[in-house]
Amino acid sequence: MSSLVSALRCVVMRDLTLAMRRRADVLATLFFFVIVVSLFPLGVGPDMATLRIIGPGIVWVAALLASMLALERMFAADYSDGTLEQMLLTPQPLVVLVLGKTLAHWLVSGLPLVLIAPLLGIQYGLPAQGLGVLMLSLLLGTPVLSLIGAIGAALTLGVRGGGVLVSLLVLPLTIPVLIFGAGAVDASLSGLGAQAHLSLLGAFLLGALILAPWTIGAALRISME
Amino acid sequence: MLEVSNLECVRGDRRLFAGMSFSVKSGELLHVQGPNGSGKTSLLRMVCGLVSPVQGDICWGGENIRILREDYFKDMTCLGHLSGIKEDLTALENLRILMELSGRGVSEEALVAALARMGLAGREALPAKVLSQGQKRRVALARLVLCSLALYRTRLWILDEPFTALDVAAIAVVQTLLSQHLHNGGMIILTTHQDLDVLSKASPAGAVQRLSLTS
Repeated sequence: MSSLVSALRCVVMRDLTLAMRRRADVLATLFFFVIVVSLFPLGVGPDMATLRIIGPGIVWVAALLASMLALERMFAADYSDGTLEQMLLTPQPLVVLVLGKTLAHWLVSGLPLVLIAPLLGIQYGLPAQGLGVLMLSLLLGTPVLSLIGAIGAALTLGVRGGGVLVSLLVLPLTIPVLIFGAGAVDASLSGLGAQAHLSLLGAFLLGALILAPWTIGAALRISME
Repeated sequence: MLEVSNLECVRGDRRLFAGMSFSVKSGELLHVQGPNGSGKTSLLRMVCGLVSPVQGDICWGGENIRILREDYFKDMTCLGHLSGIKEDLTALENLRILMELSGRGVSEEALVAALARMGLAGREALPAKVLSQGQKRRVALARLVLCSLALYRTRLWILDEPFTALDVAAIAVVQTLLSQHLHNGGMIILTTHQDLDVLSKASPAGAVQRLSLTS
């Protein structure tokens, strides 16, 4: 058990170190998110009532697109320099390694979005309670996006034009997360309470945590052949 | 002991080889020869367990490696033709992570000593991207230095072109490592286009098997 934990820690630390040495990539995702969300109030106009309605949906769609942007990097670099091959040949269970990589990926590409989302939500005139729910829904939802995205990224390894293909594969699968994520904020604003939506997002997260690592591992093995 | 029986390899719609059988015993070196494109790397990837064969069995100690999987990886060190070195990490970090993931936490001194043995003393803290091709290769090969120590020993080494990009001094170090490994009862499977002279120095007479692939 302790060897599993130390393998997990090793992979997470490795990927975080790599991300810190390539900060530009991390910041690109974050800036993309900030800019896309900020463009809509400028385009739609300053009518608060309209903005409040579209706000949660736009933040969520932008988070979805930003996480797609980061997906390509997940395995591609490790694949081309042979480190992924070495990982597949270690005595550690592949599930643990894959979980570590996905966790690290979420920490650098998902968590920053969660933290900055309330600030962006203010542009849409969301009340404090709505901002809290927005953050919570992103906190539950973005790891699911990383987990589902990793399956697509693993399947398209080494395929030319993989980036576009990943989006085409993964985006349809993330629709439920989008619906319940944005829905949670709407429900809380309209006084219905966000609990049902958030519980469902939590269920998605648990389901993805259990099923996705196996699928990602299998996809990686197929891609390496 | 590694036993391969009736192995078949198909790449695309071409059959590279079929009905291949061989075995490697303790203290033996198997030199896989053949022109470019004859399936040397494919064979090695199959024996590593990265690619599952279309047909045939690869057994380690009598058990199929597809069933053994992680238990097999514990006994094996594989160096592919890609070095498996991260450009953004330092030589030391690269080596530490590789060893840690293979389940062998290695002390800092041992890592530094292994890099020094490969002629990288004083370059441990440099990111791999500023190292030359040959030096990167040396970082990858420093793993063999560690895997030849009693504490971290792996029994089977699978090496794809271990001598490429190396200078004479580094080749000599690798030769010594290989012969030590065979002497300690290890097994080696490798491909190389270097002179056979290189191998005869690496291994005691009689322990070298050759396997020729044709295109």
